[in-house]
Amino acid sequence: MAASGTARLLEVRDLRVEFPTRRGTLVAVNGVSFHIDEGEVLGVVGESGAGKSLTGAAIIGLLEPPGRIAGGEVRLEGRRIDDLPYEQMRQVRGAEIGMIFQDPLTSLNPLYTVGRQLTETLRTHTDLGESAARRRAMELLSEVGIPSPKSRIDHYPHQFSGGMRQRVVIALALCANPRLIIADEPTTALDVSIQAQIITLLKRLCRDHGAAVMLITHDMGVIAETADRVAVMYAGRLVEVGPVEQVIRDARHPYTHGLMGSIPKVGHNAERLTQIEGSMPRLTEIPAGCAFHPRCPMVMDRCAAERPELMPATGSEAACWLFDEAAMAAQRRG
Amino acid sequence: MAEAARSPRRGEAPLLRVRDLAKFFDVSPPLITRVVTRQPRAILKAVDGVSFEIPEGRTFSLVGESGCGKSTVARLVVRLYEPTRGSIEFEGTNLATLNSRRAMAPVRGRLQMIFQDPYASLNPRWRVADIIAEPIRNHRLIQGNAAIARRVGELLEHVRLSPKDGEKFPHEFSGGQRQRISIARALASNPDFLVCDEPTSALDVSVQAQILNLMKDLQRDLGLTYLFISHDLAVVYHISDFVGVMYLGRLVEWSDARSLFHNPQHPYTRMLLEAIPDLEMTGKARTAVAGEVPSPISPPPGCHFHPRCPLANDRCRAEAPKAVPRSGGQVTCHAVEEGRLPARSRGNGARA
Repeated sequence: MAASGTARLLEVRDLRVEFPTRRGTLVAVNGVSFHIDEGEVLGVVGESGAGKSLTGAAIIGLLEPPGRIAGGEVRLEGRRIDDLPYEQMRQVRGAEIGMIFQDPLTSLNPLYTVGRQLTETLRTHTDLGESAARRRAMELLSEVGIPSPKSRIDHYPHQFSGGMRQRVVIALALCANPRLIIADEPTTALDVSIQAQIITLLKRLCRDHGAAVMLITHDMGVIAETADRVAVMYAGRLVEVGPVEQVIRDARHPYTHGLMGSIPKVGHNAERLTQIEGSMPRLTEIPAGCAFHPRCPMVMDRCAAERPELMPATGSEAACWLFDEAAMAAQRRG
Repeated sequence: MAEAARSPRRGEAPLLRVRDLAKFFDVSPPLITRVVTRQPRAILKAVDGVSFEIPEGRTFSLVGESGCGKSTVARLVVRLYEPTRGSIEFEGTNLATLNSRRAMAPVRGRLQMIFQDPYASLNPRWRVADIIAEPIRNHRLIQGNAAIARRVGELLEHVRLSPKDGEKFPHEFSGGQRQRISIARALASNPDFLVCDEPTSALDVSVQAQILNLMKDLQRDLGLTYLFISHDLAVVYHISDFVGVMYLGRLVEWSDARSLFHNPQHPYTRMLLEAIPDLEMTGKARTAVAGEVPSPISPPPGCHFHPRCPLANDRCRAEAPKAVPRSGGQVTCHAVEEGRLPARSRGNGARA
């Protein structure tokens, strides 16, 4: 965990994202609160539909309509950014928060050379002139490990391989030296050997530039070697937040525990994998109380009635009634 | 792994024997373009001389990065593609020489395939019961609608769904449930052999665990033999008895799963294993691998892996290596053959 005294960079409080539809309002992110300290890597994990990408999109103001922030607040270095007008938010994006998406082909313009895209971004967010921006673009390309940047700078995105494209996207995200980078599944589209290269690169660059990272992924392996802390999401809610070693070795929340057990590992000779019965509920049918209770092996009466908030759970924080101090004390007395 | 727990039905006789299998695709530009620009023909050697065998009741997995030809092998084995060269012997019958639908018919039902994308592989306009009954009707395995309905219900129960689910349409199911329906359809013709092409890659990890557990249960209960295609080494370690590693159309190493993971010989296998994120040793950096997979249209001469290989020498750059025996299997590498192979620096799978 980050040492006490480090400044809060990002603070998300009680975030709620809604999608109004004809058949009622879907709550895709529900009461999510967390923070990221300066220079810290926070991993956000969860299965498809858990709301992790929407949380990232809400922070940078890129929710696609009709999706909207219906409650809560997002603060960057103490300043509220969730209610900024469009033009001001554009300045925050890129300059203060960089973004890396899963598919590098959708974040690069196929009609412009990578050099033009880099210099354009540099000139928007810094006061470099045209030739200085081009020189800086070349530096950035070599920094992200693209061989012979002098000639590659005038190539189009389709002339790069998948791994090389993702390097260009990382260079773009770093252009204006942002304080925070939101990386949404940055390695999911890549082969495992390329994935290792990109993760190593991302880690090194963010350390060198002093940028904090919100790393959104479904891949626990990527989290394990990159993140300082992990936030686990389920059905639009945070179920556990804690230091990466704690969550991976000894998860507190029954969902995280099951999730970790269901990952096959090289060297483990288990005949069967841990199985969480059923599947994550659709947004239209999220159960009352704890959203995980119908699948939970430790379910109690209370779970179906009351929704648990994050509470301290030896080493991490978990949204689970198992860790309710007051109830446990009462049980001991009883 | 636990041999004693296996049913006595499983012998060591190979159910499937693939020899020198190859598939070339002609990806040349149109003739007129070739004449005008004087380009030669372009041939993509998707699979180039792959040989392996699978004993009855066991799982053989092929792993490799995208474009290595593993899915092409899967499609060749079930004859969705015509092989360019080589033989595919299924219980002694060479499938590569069966050239008509009629000649294929007796084995067709015994070889089935499960595809990666459970959204694309089920007809959205058919009810699940009809989807599962289609192979039964096509192969005329059971007569009479009532008997077919009973069998469909049974198959749905095999894959842990309810017989009532047969009335629904595919869109009413989640990705994991759809993959169960694909498995039920594959089982409908009582196959002995299933080719599974990345059956869990499109699924979330908790759903993947459900499907992998189901596949293991079915293998035990029905004595199935699997050819399993995946890019995920941890999944392959979990499900396989034997593993083959492919690189640019060639099988570079194969062996029983345990010795392949604990004692990898080929430099590419070692590289893949070191690239696995390590869930246990948090914070330990994995060895990033240099370079990328070259284009399969113009692969490097000699050993295809030599531009990325730390052990490459002049012989590797000129001469394609031949398969030599290794413990439990074979490896195709000059360095292994000449004894130039260094000991492994770090055992990723050496625990357990």
